[in-house]
Amino acid sequence: MEEVDVEPAVTNIPAASSGTHLGFAWGPGDILVYETLYKASGKCTGSGDIHEVRKDEDIYSPILRKLFNESHHIFVGLQTIREDLPSKNKKPQFVSISKNYRSVIRACMEELQQVVSILLAIELIWNLCEVLFIDAAPAGSLLLHLLDWVRLHKADVDEKAREVLQSESPAEHRDYWDVVVSYVLQGRLEEARQMLVKQATLQPAARKMYKQMDTLNISPGGTQTLTEFDVKWRHWHEEVDRCLQDNSFASNKHLELICKILVGDEDTLLEHKDLLSTWYHFLVTRLLFCHPTVKPTELHYYAQSCLTMFLDSRSVPEPLDSILLAAFEFDIHQVIKDCSIALNNWWFVAHLTDLLDHCKLLQSHNLHFGSNLREFLLLEYASGLFTHHSLWQLAVDYFDHCPEFGRVYLELQIERVPLDTERKALKVLRICEQRQMSEQVRSICKIMAMRALRNNRLGSALSWSIRAKDAAFATLISERFLQDYCARGTFSDLDLIDNLGPAMLLSDRLTFLGKYREFHKLYGEKRFREASKLLLSLMTAKIAPRSFWMTLLTDALPLLEQKEVSHHIQLIYSRLNCLCVSISHLDNVVHCSLHFSAYL
Amino acid sequence: MFVARSIAADHKDLIHDVSYDFHGRRMATCSSDQSVKVWDKSENGEWHCTASWKTHSGSVWRVTWAHPEFGQVLASCSFDRTAAVWEEIVGESNDKQRGLSHWIKRTTLVDSRTSVTDVKFAPKHMGLMLTTCSADGVVRIYEAPDVMNLSQWSLQHEISCKLSCSCISWNPSSSRAHPAMFAVGSDDSNVTYGGKVQIYEYNENTRKYAKAETLMTVTDAVHDIAFAPNLGRSFHVLAIATKDVRIFKLVPMRKESTSTGPTKFEVQIVAQFDNHNSQVWRVSWNITSTLLASSGDDGCVRLWKANYMDNWKCTGILKGDGSPLTGSSGQPTAMSTVVGSSVQTSQNALNGMSAGRYFFPPLDPPRAGTRYGHLLPPSSLIEHCDAEPIQPQQQALPHRLSSRALLPLPEAEGQ
Repeated sequence: MEEVDVEPAVTNIPAASSGTHLGFAWGPGDILVYETLYKASGKCTGSGDIHEVRKDEDIYSPILRKLFNESHHIFVGLQTIREDLPSKNKKPQFVSISKNYRSVIRACMEELQQVVSILLAIELIWNLCEVLFIDAAPAGSLLLHLLDWVRLHKADVDEKAREVLQSESPAEHRDYWDVVVSYVLQGRLEEARQMLVKQATLQPAARKMYKQMDTLNISPGGTQTLTEFDVKWRHWHEEVDRCLQDNSFASNKHLELICKILVGDEDTLLEHKDLLSTWYHFLVTRLLFCHPTVKPTELHYYAQSCLTMFLDSRSVPEPLDSILLAAFEFDIHQVIKDCSIALNNWWFVAHLTDLLDHCKLLQSHNLHFGSNLREFLLLEYASGLFTHHSLWQLAVDYFDHCPEFGRVYLELQIERVPLDTERKALKVLRICEQRQMSEQVRSICKIMAMRALRNNRLGSALSWSIRAKDAAFATLISERFLQDYCARGTFSDLDLIDNLGPAMLLSDRLTFLGKYREFHKLYGEKRFREASKLLLSLMTAKIAPRSFWMTLLTDALPLLEQKEVSHHIQLIYSRLNCLCVSISHLDNVVHCSLHFSAYL
Repeated sequence: MFVARSIAADHKDLIHDVSYDFHGRRMATCSSDQSVKVWDKSENGEWHCTASWKTHSGSVWRVTWAHPEFGQVLASCSFDRTAAVWEEIVGESNDKQRGLSHWIKRTTLVDSRTSVTDVKFAPKHMGLMLTTCSADGVVRIYEAPDVMNLSQWSLQHEISCKLSCSCISWNPSSSRAHPAMFAVGSDDSNVTYGGKVQIYEYNENTRKYAKAETLMTVTDAVHDIAFAPNLGRSFHVLAIATKDVRIFKLVPMRKESTSTGPTKFEVQIVAQFDNHNSQVWRVSWNITSTLLASSGDDGCVRLWKANYMDNWKCTGILKGDGSPLTGSSGQPTAMSTVVGSSVQTSQNALNGMSAGRYFFPPLDPPRAGTRYGHLLPPSSLIEHCDAEPIQPQQQALPHRLSSRALLPLPEAEGQ
């Protein structure tokens, strides 16, 4: 597949002087650009501005945010369709999903009053893709689908018709014949008949036309086969042609015109470019009146020639035209590529390609990069969402369904989500924990712990370190708590320390902190036996930091006055002896041990 | 692309480096005026300078943030032959109210005898490690063993690269599949010998860094170098700013079980772009390594992207327009937020008005007589940054390759 060569677009950056270099720094969703000189020579009088440059991404538009939110639901639903269903059961589901996407597009169009052009184009293309690729209509019903397609995108006829019918004398309204002809061009013969009835009383010739239209049955299918329909249609066509040949409608130029249209006369059709307004309308009309049993594989011949005939030599085909042509040629990859080039964000190509991939349409085209294309586009789309302060959460599901790179992309990008509030951090954490992204969990908790510590919020810092399972940091924070206690005589964040539970075991220092607090609680509740037992175990377990031994001894003193614990005192005293040997402040200890011995 | 916002940096001299922090909410700028400024982004997207202080006694070349796991820490390097580490101190409440913060110097690294040209923190899984490179050709790796005491740094490795060094880049991958690795670029201008890019790898056995690869094909001075984020691949991607932009792929070759030396690499050149038509001074990858930006002597920043077939192309150009901010161009001098109402943005967006992405052609200004001209936003809204509209690319291409943007459908006409 050859690459389409598009020149890169140029964005101008206001610069104070020529001949400077441009420095840059990548940011989340933008790039900062500033003037500089890489080989600095000569003094500058001052720096220029720093410019924040962004892609014109429409994720910032609130209406399109609705599009992204709603389509996210549809996307997730599509991924969960069971693989093992036979394809004939899956096809109606895919068609239904396709229609869901399209209804979301239409819902957005209704809200976005001002500029709907791109959405209209998107819906037009998607609709055609649904007809040709997903529903894969065969000859016969193909034409019916194409008629629906054209009618859906040419709704102004109904407005005009309403106007005409509501007027005093519809048959004399200046748009009357335009409406009739438009109906005929769209194959809406029933409605055309309704309009002609208004004329019937005025002109006898109209009655015959009325009858003629009656006999045209343009709907193949039902009980008749394609061949049966073809035979009937040819018969009818010959009749209409005969009407023309024998000048049945010569007296009324309008009716003669309609007759020519019914017989599929190209020149007549082309005379009504203003009513057709697009070459693809011309195409479908021509097919309707010349080749109603057209096969899907024959479409592109007619499409190409209709495009050429419709556009005069001066006008240049537009990107939309080439996209539709590619669709008529069943060149799915070209459609995707052309859409990527013409449209503003990845939303459309990502979702459409994903759906086509589920229908197994990409793989049949080219095994080599079929599935990679889907993932590539989804990754692009989701990465774009990630830079948005709330839409990033949608992106997570998209990454989840990219088997090759989704996880690593998610790991990379979720780390960068700014942790503005604790609530947001918890949200990010939940997502990481659900996916066993343990390194990201650890990192986020560590960042929060560090931030809390810097702001002297020890309790918060401790709980984040516990969540990060960061023993070293937990030790550090426990030390701070203990230092605080020594300085002020009370603990802060009692709730947290009292409810550590098994998390206490993360680090020795933390365990000591928890147990030491427990000791204080027991003492406060006058449960001196348990308190002294705990104090003893703290001393023997060797988890007490050396700096704290003096404090522990001081704590033990009042216990000695409690009679119930006398037998513990012996133990404490003997323990003291062991401790004495290693304590450096011998004079303090001697003083203490004298104290103790006085009780014995 | 468009300029969403312009910030008056207010440095007294040229800015040499701008660095976003990890979360993109803060930035640091450094200048020839010997100072560093720190900026914070508020909720509404406005940038406020929360600190500005003199950091060195010479031009400050680079400034970089440590990973937030280590707190709020910056490093800077300068012409004055030193590098410094700074930590933010949480200030008094009235400081916070005024939106100011204080940064204090934790250490000065004075080992270099020449200008220190680059300073980078190693990937966080290696601990808090800082790397500098100097014009004297030496790369130094320092470590702070105690993260809570940033005044203690020890010089762990001193590596002589024999050539004057201009830039370093660490491989950000934390995969255990390969050892820690960094690349050094040299701006030595003698082209008679190659090897202006060297790759060093950590050896677990010797506990030292050993040279693993020299890119002999790079013979011109190298000004910047950047490893791409790894994305779970088995090979490494390295971008180089030299007389052109080059992207290399380094594929580790299978090691013999008895081999104790550094990894051998198969070096492939993935892309080479000389569009700048001049020296390229900086290269840098975006977070997902899907876009590479480069800056050159031609005063442009170019954006490069690979499609899903791995073909690289230039997808956008940012060009200094060289016009003065006041006067003839008719532009306002102080450009506040240009992004207007959301409708205007979406108008521009939906009309495919874009520049600088992989697939998007420029929007031609509405031609007189085009049917849909009246549906496009007036040209005064389209181009915010300059007076003239972008010149349409008139190419004689077959219809399939038309580069015009998507115009509205005729249906919209009646509305």
